[in-house]
Amino acid sequence: MKKSKQFWLFIIAAVLVYTVVQVLIANGSMNQFYSNTLIFVAINIILAVSLHLVIGITGQFSIGHAGFLAVGAYVSAIVTMKLDLPFFLAIIVGGFVAALAGLIVGIPSLRLKGDYLAIATLGFAEIIRIVFLNIDYVGGAAGMQVSHLTTWTYAFVCLVITIIVIVNFTNSRHGIAAISVRENEIASDAMGINTTYYKVAAFAIGSFFAGVAGALYSHNFYIIQPGQFGFLKSFDILIFVVLGGLGSLSGAVLSAILLTVVSTYLQGYPETRMIIYSLVLILVMLYRPKGLMGTMEITDYFKLWRTPKGGGQHGK
Amino acid sequence: MEWIQQLINGISLGSIYALIALGYTMVYGIIKLINFAHGDVFMVGSFIGFYSITVFGLGFFPALIISMAACALFGVIIERIAYKRLRNATRIAALITAIGVSLLIEYGVIYIRGAQPEAYPDVFSNRSFAFLGAQISIQSILILSVSVVLMILLQFIVHKTKTGKAMRAVSHDTEAAKLMGINVDNTISATFAIGSALAGAAGVIFGVYYTKIDPLMGVIPGVKAFVAAVLGGIGIIPGAMVGGLVLGVVETVVSALGFSLWRDAAAFVILILILIFRPSGIFGKNTREKV
Repeated sequence: MKKSKQFWLFIIAAVLVYTVVQVLIANGSMNQFYSNTLIFVAINIILAVSLHLVIGITGQFSIGHAGFLAVGAYVSAIVTMKLDLPFFLAIIVGGFVAALAGLIVGIPSLRLKGDYLAIATLGFAEIIRIVFLNIDYVGGAAGMQVSHLTTWTYAFVCLVITIIVIVNFTNSRHGIAAISVRENEIASDAMGINTTYYKVAAFAIGSFFAGVAGALYSHNFYIIQPGQFGFLKSFDILIFVVLGGLGSLSGAVLSAILLTVVSTYLQGYPETRMIIYSLVLILVMLYRPKGLMGTMEITDYFKLWRTPKGGGQHGK
Repeated sequence: MEWIQQLINGISLGSIYALIALGYTMVYGIIKLINFAHGDVFMVGSFIGFYSITVFGLGFFPALIISMAACALFGVIIERIAYKRLRNATRIAALITAIGVSLLIEYGVIYIRGAQPEAYPDVFSNRSFAFLGAQISIQSILILSVSVVLMILLQFIVHKTKTGKAMRAVSHDTEAAKLMGINVDNTISATFAIGSALAGAAGVIFGVYYTKIDPLMGVIPGVKAFVAAVLGGIGIIPGAMVGGLVLGVVETVVSALGFSLWRDAAAFVILILILIFRPSGIFGKNTREKV
C-alpha cells in the first residue's frame, strides 16, 4: 500500500516534469542549449543509475562502464544509419547487445574480486574500444556520422523506465540477494545464495541500460568516435556514483544532475573541470568514504524529518 | 635476422615496463593498493628529466639522478597526503582515491604547462652497430644496461639492507612487524620513494628512447606496467621484472606481425587470461581464502 503510493507519486512527478519541460521546449521559451543540457543530464542519470546497480547495490567495482556505453552507441548507430530502421528499435537493440556484451564480460571476470575485478573491467572496456577502432565498417578512428534523433521525449521515457526497473529490482528478492553479496559475499554464499548468478544478472542489467544510454548518446552528438569512450568516460560515470553515495540511487541521480550542469558550464576549461573532479574524488574518499549520502535515499530524509513530530513509530 | 632486431626492441620496451611495474608491485605488496598514480609519477619523472636536460643543460646521467630523486620525494608526498589516512579504509575507497590522485596529477600538469607534447633532446649519438645481422643502436644498449643496473641495485636494497629487511617484514605481516619495533610508516614511505624513483628513471629512459612526451603519456604505460606486475605475480619483485620483459616482447611481436593497431589490446588480453586462469601470476603461490 505504502510502496504503491510512493510509486504513483513518482509517476505523477515524472509526468509533471516532462510536461513542463516539453511545453517550454515546444513554445520556444527554452533554447537549444538548455534543452540539450537537459537531454545530456537525462543520459548521464541513466548511466549513473545503471552503474549504481553494479557498484552500489551489488558491490562489484567496475570501472569499464564506458565500454558498454560504446557498444550501445555503435550498435544503435548501425541500426539507424546502415539498416535504416526506426530509432526506438535502435535503442532496444543497443541495450540488448550491450547486455550481451555485459554477459560475455561478466561471466569470466566476476569471479574476480575487488581490485582485480576493477582492472579486468578496465581492460575489457579498452578491448571493446580498440575493437571499434579497428572495424572499418564503423569508420575506425575517424568515427561515424549519426543523425540527431534523440529528443527530450525519448531521453525522458528511457530515464523513467530505467529508474523504475532498477528500483523494482533493488526492492525485489533478487535485489536483496544482490545487497547481501555487497555486504558479505562469503556469508551470503554460505546462506545458499547463488552469488555468481546475482552478480552476473546485476552486471547484465547495468550493461543493458548503459547500452540504452549509449543509443541516446550517439544520436545526440552527430558523430561518435572510439576516443570518446576511453578511461576518462568510465571515470566520469564512476564519479557520479561515488559522489552521490555508494548504494544510494537518489544520490547517484542528484550527483549526475549536479556534475553535468557544473561540467557544462566548465566546458571551456576542460583541465579545470578535471582538477575539480579529481579533488572531489579524493576529498570525498578521505572525509566521507561512503559518498555524500551513504546508502540513504532522499525519501529516508523525509522520514527523518517526520519522525520527531509524529514520535513513536521509529521504523526499524 | 629481423627477429633479433624485434627481440631487442621488445626487451628495451619491456625493461621500461619492468621498471614501472616494480613500483606497482612493491606498493601493492606492502599496502595492497593499486597505485594508479604511479603511471603519472613516471610522466612527472620524464618531464623533470626533460627540463633538466633542456633548461639546465645537464647530461643524461645527472638528469636521470635528479629525476629519480625528485620522483622519490614526490612519491612520498603523495603517500603522506593522500594514502596514509586510507590505511584502514575499504579497498574500493583506496582505489578511488588513487584514481583521483592520478587524474589530479595529469590535469595539474596540463594546467601548469599546457597539453602540448615535447620532443626529447638527443643525448646519445645515434650510432649503431651490426650484431648477428641486426642493427643495434648504442642507445638501446645503454637503456638496457641502466635498467639492469637499477634492478640489481633494487635487489641489493631489498635483500641486503636494513630498510629492505623492514620492507619485506611489513609486506609479510604488518602487525607483527609493528610489534617487532619496525617503524611501519617510514617503511611504507621508503617503499613509495624507491618505487617512484624507479618510475622516474623509467620516465627519462622512455623520453630518450621514444623522443615524444606529453602529460597523458603515463596512462597507457602505467596500466600496462600493472598488467606486467599481475603477469609476474603481484607483490613479487622478480615477477615484475619478468612480467615487464614478457609483455614488451609480446607487444613488439604483435606489432611486427602487422597488427600494430591491436598492440594495446594484446596487453589487456594477456591480463584477462592471466586473471582468469592464474590470478596469482607466473611466480605467485596460490593462497587459500580464509573466512
